[in-house]
Amino acid sequence: MKVLLSWLNEFGPFADPTDSEAVAAVAADLTSLGLAVEDVIVTGSPVAGVVAAKVLRVEQHPDAAKVRRVWVDAGDGEERHVWCGASNMSAGDVVPLATLGTTMPNGMTIERRGILGIDSEGMLCSAVELGIGEDHSGILLLDGDAKLGVSYAEVLGIEPDVVFDLDVTRNRPDCWSIEGVARDLAAWRSQDHANVGNGFTADGDSRTVPVAIQNPACGRFTATVMSGVRVTSSPGWIARRLEALGMRSINNVVDVSNYVMLELGQPNHAYDLATIGDGFTVRSARDGEVLKTLDDVDRACVVDDLLICDGNDVPVGLGGVMGGADSEISESTTEVVLEIAWFAPLGIMKTATRHGLRSEASARYERGVDPTLADRAVQRFAELLSLTCPDLVVHSGSADERSEGMPALGRSVDVRISEVNRILGTELNVGDLPGLLDPIGFVTETAGDIAKVSLPSWRPDATSEVDVIEEVARHFGYERIGRSVPKPTGHGHLSQVQIRRRHLRDVLLGLGISEAMPNPIVAPDTMQRAGISGDTLRILNPLVADESSLRLSLRPGLLTALAHNEHHRRNGVSLFEIGNVYPPTGDGLPSEHEVLGVVLAGRDAHAAVGVWREIAQALGVGAMIDQSNVPDGLHATRSGVLRAGRDVIGVIGEIAPEVLENFGVTERVAVLEVRIDGMLAGNGGSRSYRPISRMPSSDLDLAFVLSDDVSADRLERALRQAAAALLVDVTLFDTYRGAGVPDGRRSLAWRLRLQASDRNLTDADVADVKAACEAAASKLGAELRS
Amino acid sequence: MTDDISAAIEAALSRIEAAQTLDAVDAVSAETMGKKGVLGGLKASLSKVDDIEERKALGRALNEAFSSVGAAIDDRRAQLVAEERNARVESERLDLTEAMDRATRGHLHLVTQAWQELEDVFVGLGFTVAEGPEVETDWHNFEALNMGEGHPARGEFDTLFVGHDENERAGDSGLLLRTHTSPVQIRTMLESEPPIYIVAPGRVFRRDTPDATHMPVFHQIEGLVVDRNISMADLAGTIEAFTQAFFGEGFTSRLRPSYFPFTEPSAEFDIRRPDGSWLELGGCGMVHPEVLRAGGVDPEEWSGFAFGFGIDRMAVMRHGITDIRDMYVNDIRFIEQF
Repeated sequence: MKVLLSWLNEFGPFADPTDSEAVAAVAADLTSLGLAVEDVIVTGSPVAGVVAAKVLRVEQHPDAAKVRRVWVDAGDGEERHVWCGASNMSAGDVVPLATLGTTMPNGMTIERRGILGIDSEGMLCSAVELGIGEDHSGILLLDGDAKLGVSYAEVLGIEPDVVFDLDVTRNRPDCWSIEGVARDLAAWRSQDHANVGNGFTADGDSRTVPVAIQNPACGRFTATVMSGVRVTSSPGWIARRLEALGMRSINNVVDVSNYVMLELGQPNHAYDLATIGDGFTVRSARDGEVLKTLDDVDRACVVDDLLICDGNDVPVGLGGVMGGADSEISESTTEVVLEIAWFAPLGIMKTATRHGLRSEASARYERGVDPTLADRAVQRFAELLSLTCPDLVVHSGSADERSEGMPALGRSVDVRISEVNRILGTELNVGDLPGLLDPIGFVTETAGDIAKVSLPSWRPDATSEVDVIEEVARHFGYERIGRSVPKPTGHGHLSQVQIRRRHLRDVLLGLGISEAMPNPIVAPDTMQRAGISGDTLRILNPLVADESSLRLSLRPGLLTALAHNEHHRRNGVSLFEIGNVYPPTGDGLPSEHEVLGVVLAGRDAHAAVGVWREIAQALGVGAMIDQSNVPDGLHATRSGVLRAGRDVIGVIGEIAPEVLENFGVTERVAVLEVRIDGMLAGNGGSRSYRPISRMPSSDLDLAFVLSDDVSADRLERALRQAAAALLVDVTLFDTYRGAGVPDGRRSLAWRLRLQASDRNLTDADVADVKAACEAAASKLGAELRS
Repeated sequence: MTDDISAAIEAALSRIEAAQTLDAVDAVSAETMGKKGVLGGLKASLSKVDDIEERKALGRALNEAFSSVGAAIDDRRAQLVAEERNARVESERLDLTEAMDRATRGHLHLVTQAWQELEDVFVGLGFTVAEGPEVETDWHNFEALNMGEGHPARGEFDTLFVGHDENERAGDSGLLLRTHTSPVQIRTMLESEPPIYIVAPGRVFRRDTPDATHMPVFHQIEGLVVDRNISMADLAGTIEAFTQAFFGEGFTSRLRPSYFPFTEPSAEFDIRRPDGSWLELGGCGMVHPEVLRAGGVDPEEWSGFAFGFGIDRMAVMRHGITDIRDMYVNDIRFIEQF
C-alpha cells in the first residue's frame, strides 16, 4: 500500500518532502505504528539543467533520415543547435532541453558531441528520459506559453514528493487510505487531523435511481445522480497523485472516483446515467452469466458472485470488484450515477480469487470498508469533480438501501485497566486511556476501573477487549513497554529423548558419517524405485508433480544424495539422516515416526553392521540381525532385518543392485535404516561400574568349522555363554572358506580373552573354558578346528 | 700376579673400547669376568697364594679389577644401546607434511548446528524443548490458532494439503503439512498444565517455489510461555535476553506492531546489529485469548506470549550462504565445509 507524503500533509501537515530528516522521522513513526515502511521513494526532484526551450526551426540531416538538427532558444536569446532523433516537434513548440553538463537520471552526462563536424549543444528530452512518465515515443512537449529558460519541472508544476510503501497488516483496513494513515500518524504525533468530504451539499432537484438489494452480501448501496458533467482531462495535480500511487489518469470523472478511493478508502463507481435505465438491482449471478468488465475481459460468473444490474436486469458491474465495460463513462457523458456500496469481505475475496481479478476496489472491500463512509465519499467526489465541471449539480433524493448484511454500528466494548496492565506490563491508569484512544476514534468513557470504548466503524477487526488493548499498546508505544524476564519455576533442560538423539548424532559423526537433509516430499514412484512398497500419503495441491508423495523411508533421499556426489566425482561418501517418515493409517494422521538412515558408499554390509553395533552399544539397545527374510530393495544375500524381540525395527545390509541402478549409483552401498523413536525413549539400561580386574589375562584362540546356514553371531552367543564368568571379550578375527574346509562351511576364528577378578588363571581354567566352548559349539554343528 | 691383573684390566678396557656391538661387549665380559675368563681364572688361582696378607691384597686388587671392568662394560653397553636407538630414530625420519591419511569426521548439517545452538540458548533461559508431528490436522494448524474456516490469513500460508488419495480435494481430509511450528503450542497446552516454558524447533512446509532465499521445506523455532501475569514486558525482556545470548553483546532488539491471528497484541521483532543496522527476525505477541481457550487454558487466570522465527536463516546468515538451496543438495563438498 503506497501513500504520498504531500497527500498525507493535507491532513497533517507532517513533513516537508525536501527535508530528508523530517521524512525519515515520518517513516520511523509509521513503522512504530505497525505500518512498516518497506520503501521510501523520492519523486519529483527535477533534473537540474533541463530547461524549457522553444524550437526555432528544424533541419533534416543530409545523410541520416532519422536525425534532425533542431535550433532552439532557451530564453537567453542565443540560438543553439542540437541533433535529435525524434521528429514530433516543430517550430514554435516548447520542449525540455538538457543543457551541457546536465546529468540525466540514467547517469549520462550531456556533453558537446559532434556529428559531421558540428557539435550538439545539448539534448531534447522525452518523458522517460526525465523519469516522469512512460512515453518515449517522442520529445515531451511543454505548454507553448511556458516561460523559456525555467526548469521543466516548474513548467509542469512537478514538486518534490515522497512515496512511502507500507506493509499494511490484515487487521488494518482503515490504512488502505490516505486518511486512515494520516489519522494514525496524527494521533501518534499528538497533532490535529483535518477532515475532508463535508464541503458540498446536494442541492439539486430530487432525482432518485431506485435500488433493490436481493443478496445480503451487499449491506448497503447508495446511488447519487449528478448532472452538469463534462468529461475532460484532470487537473495535473490529481493526475500526478494518481500516477505516483500507480494508477493511470483516464479522465476527470474516473480520476476523481479513484482519488476518493485512495484518499478515503471508499471504492465507488460512476456509471453513465444514460446507460443504466431505471435503477439498480444487486443480486447473485446466475451460473454461466457473462459480464464484460472494464478491462474488456468476458467474465463467466457463478452463483456466489454478486452482480450489479441495471433497470433491465443487465449486469453492469461485478459487485465490489470491477465495473462493466458497457456502462463506462464516455466523452459524451453528461449525467452520472455514483454507486457507493458496502460488500461483505469474504464474498469479495472469493470472487476476486475466482476471477483472478484483484482490483484496487476488491483489495479494500475484502479487508473491510467503513460502512458509514458513503455520505462523505459522495461529497468529496462532487467537490473534486466540480473543479473541472463548474456546472456540476448533485441531485437530492439519492437512494440509500441497506440489507441485513449491513454491519452493526455503535459497537462498544468494556476494557478493564487491570487487564490492560496485566497484558502489557504497564502501570497505566484508566484516565490515561482517552488520551491514547480517542484520537484514533476509539472513544472512551471511563467509569471506575473500566473504560467503555466505542469501536470505530472503520475498524471492523476490533471486536473485543484485547483488540482495544492492542490499540493502547500501539499508541502508548511498543518501545515504551518495559522489559522484564519471567522466572520459570522449573529448570531448562533437554528431554532424555533429545539428549539421546544428540548422542546418536555424535556417535555417527565420530564414525565419519555426515548429516544430510533430503526432502521428505518425493515423486509418486520414488518409493517403488527404491523397492519399497506401500501406500503413501499424497500432497493434494503439489507445486510440482514430482513432489507429491510423503516418504515411507529415508533411503531414496540418501541414495539421491549419493548419486549426486558420485556424479561430481566424490565416491565413498558416508551420509546419515535423522528424520520422519509418514506411513498412512486409515483416515487420520499417519503413523509418523522418527528414523535413522545411514548409507556408506563403496562399503559392504559388514560396514553397516559395524555402525549398528557402535550405535547399539552407545545407546544401550539391542537387536538381532535376521537374514531369513530380506525385504525388497535390499541386496538379497547381504541384508537382513533388525529384530528387537518380535518387532522389526529396521533393515541392514546393502542396497539391491537394481535399486542402485534406478538411482544412478554405481558403487556398492552399505545401508542401515532403523526406527529410533523407541530406542531414544528408552534409558539405555543401567551402566553401573564393573571393576577392572588387576589379575593377568589369558587369550584363548579357537577356530570352528561351521555350516553357512548358521550365523556367526549365534556361535558367538554360544561361546559367550560357555565361557561365562571368565570371559572378558570375544572377537572374531578370521574367517576362511576354501581348501581344508568342506563346501558349505567356513572356519571362524575367535579370540577369547579370559580373566578372573580375584586370582591368576590356571591351565585348568583355560582348558575348562575350551571344553565348554567346544561342547556349546558342537550343538550348533560346529567342529573345533585343530 | 699383580702384573697379570693390571695386564688383564688393560687388555679388557682396550677390547671394550674397541667393541662395536652389544655381542662383542658380551664376549669381552665373558672372556674377562666369566669363570673361564682372565680375571675369573686369576680369581680361581687366588687360593694358591699362601701368604694371607698377599692373598688379601691380591683379592682387593681383583675386586677392583672386576669393578672397573664391569663399569666399563656397563658404560659401553649403555653407549651402544643409545647409539643403536639414535641410529634407529635417525633412520625413521619423516616429513610430516607427506601425510596421506585423511582423518575423517562426520559433519553436522548446518540447520542442525543452528537448531542445537538455539535449543541450548533457550535451555539456558529456563525453557524445555517440545516436539510435534509434521503432518497436522487443520484444527491444530489453523482453527485452534484463531484461524477458523475461511479466515483470510489462512491464504497467506500457502498450505500443502495432504490426503490418502490423489483424487481427494485439498482440505477434505483435514490433514496438511504444518505451515508453522505453532500447532506445537496447542499440543503442549492440551498435554500439560501451566506454567509452560517451551521452545519447539521443527520442520515446516509451504507451497513455495524454491529460490535463493526460500525453500518449500524449512525449519522454524517457536517459543511459548504461559504463566500467571505474563505480560508484553516479559516478552520484550525474553526476546532481548535471547538476542544477547545468541547473537552476542552489542546486539539489541525491538518490538514493533504487527498482526498475527494467534497473538494480540502482535509484534515483529527486529535485531539491531552493533553497526546500527536492523535485521527483521520473526514474529511474536501475547497469546490470543481464543488460542489459550483452544489449549484448555483459562485466559482470565493465565496469560502468555509466543514467538517464532526461521532456523535456516540463522545458518544462512552465520555462514554467508548466498543460496539457501545449497543447504539441501547434500553435496559433500558443501557439507564438509562446516
